[in-house]
Amino acid sequence: MARKKLYNVGALLAGLSVTFKFMFQKKPTIQYPSEKKKHAPRFHGLHELRRYADGKERCIGCELCSSVCPANAITVIGAENAPADRRSPGERYAARYEIDELRCIFCGMCEEACPTDAIVLTPRFEMSEYRRGSLIYSKDRLLVPPDAGVGTPPDDRPNGIPADLGRVAEKKSTVDWRTGYDATWRGTVLKTQKKGLAG
Amino acid sequence: MNGAWWTPAASIWWIVLLKCVVLLFVVITTFAYAMLFERKVMGWMQLRPGPNRVGPWGLLQPAVDAVKLILKEDLTPKTADPLIYRLAPFISLVTAFSVYAVIPFSQPAPGNVWAISDVNAGILFILALTSIGIYGISLGGWASGSKYPLLGSVRATAQMISYELAMSMSLVGVLILAGTTSLVGIVNGQAKLWYFIPQFVGFLIYIITAVAETNRAPFDLVEADAELVGGFNTEYSGLRFGLFFIAEYINMLTVSCIATLLFLGGWTAPFGWAVVPGIVWFLIKVGFFMFFYIWLRSTFPRFRYDRLMAFGWKVLLPVATLNLVVTAVVVAVRG
Repeated sequence: MARKKLYNVGALLAGLSVTFKFMFQKKPTIQYPSEKKKHAPRFHGLHELRRYADGKERCIGCELCSSVCPANAITVIGAENAPADRRSPGERYAARYEIDELRCIFCGMCEEACPTDAIVLTPRFEMSEYRRGSLIYSKDRLLVPPDAGVGTPPDDRPNGIPADLGRVAEKKSTVDWRTGYDATWRGTVLKTQKKGLAG
Repeated sequence: MNGAWWTPAASIWWIVLLKCVVLLFVVITTFAYAMLFERKVMGWMQLRPGPNRVGPWGLLQPAVDAVKLILKEDLTPKTADPLIYRLAPFISLVTAFSVYAVIPFSQPAPGNVWAISDVNAGILFILALTSIGIYGISLGGWASGSKYPLLGSVRATAQMISYELAMSMSLVGVLILAGTTSLVGIVNGQAKLWYFIPQFVGFLIYIITAVAETNRAPFDLVEADAELVGGFNTEYSGLRFGLFFIAEYINMLTVSCIATLLFLGGWTAPFGWAVVPGIVWFLIKVGFFMFFYIWLRSTFPRFRYDRLMAFGWKVLLPVATLNLVVTAVVVAVRG
């Protein structure tokens, strides 16, 4: 009967001993901001756009990443390379390249789809901002700085996080957080893409 | 008053006043760190580190908590009875503090009482005051003009009545053994043998009823966050909530002090280790009880209300009465 269990003193003492033992156990807490957990080598975090050794952009504006993206987070507008100012080795380059990190589900399919290994997911994951618009990363923040090196392609990563990954995260948003981001441009692009008129 | 403030006759008054002020600060500081201690210990028992962000090892946490509580908005519900609603926290707090007027912290020496006053009916004074303290909770919940606080205060009333009876009964055994109601006298009576050995049943009953008396888990039916959203203090916010909070912890300290004085020999040193001063022994024993209450809270789930009442009336009260009768008979037979 339940009544008998209520006066089961042995069980009470057993319970007390459990909590007492737990007091001296090692705590699994990781003190997050001051102490960070080591991530898996292929952790999917913030994106970055790579360059070749000569400083040229890897991205050729093919929009494969954009079309493979299940969350519809990537917007690419390609353009012909001007003979005088060649941005990428191919015929075309990405005139505009934007990723909405709020839409992104960090599946890494853009990375897989990219024929030139231009887009890569870095292990950086801390990207809080004051405005939603600030989380739309445009090319000026995604493209690695020319002095950042070539970087390790995703398939050649050693067993650990390559030191050169994630330079992008150091860049601050260029969007004014008071006024936010002008989303109309992106809206029109998405509409034209839907109609198949994107050039 | 005849004579200046430095004459011996007048000095009694301001020395008492000084003692009151010092004790007030000591008790408030102890409350603050008792709270931190509870959060730390409960954290450890739940495999967490507990508060550790503010100051070294989280030692400034109580100060930050106090600032937060003071800065919070103090709301009064429209349906509340404004006077009683505002008065209730003070009833709880003032009675909780007043108890310390009679608690002796160490062996009285000539010219040094180690207490604000050594009342010869000390234990009765404490019991009376803690009973008044319940009015704070009952009235606070009643005057809130809201459902959950009312349920909480109804529970408080019933729980206090049923547990205070058993509690008083369990203490009478000690009073019979000591033959006095003075707290100093009771402790002096334990010079040879601490009363928790001859009065073990009474000791157990006191420990259990003290948890119920201070509304702590597993007997915190009055607050019962899960069912009553905080019980009697649901509508309270800001500093008024803080006052209830302080009162709860000070009551915890009080019951620990009483348990120490009545059952664990107060400031008397165990095994003749009189090298350590009595006040240290007293604090160690009180600390042990505080830890024990925190330990209970982090171990046991809350009682169901009908079981709480059944336990109080059908087990604790009869056993306490039996203990009282047996003690009385034994003391009478042995002369």
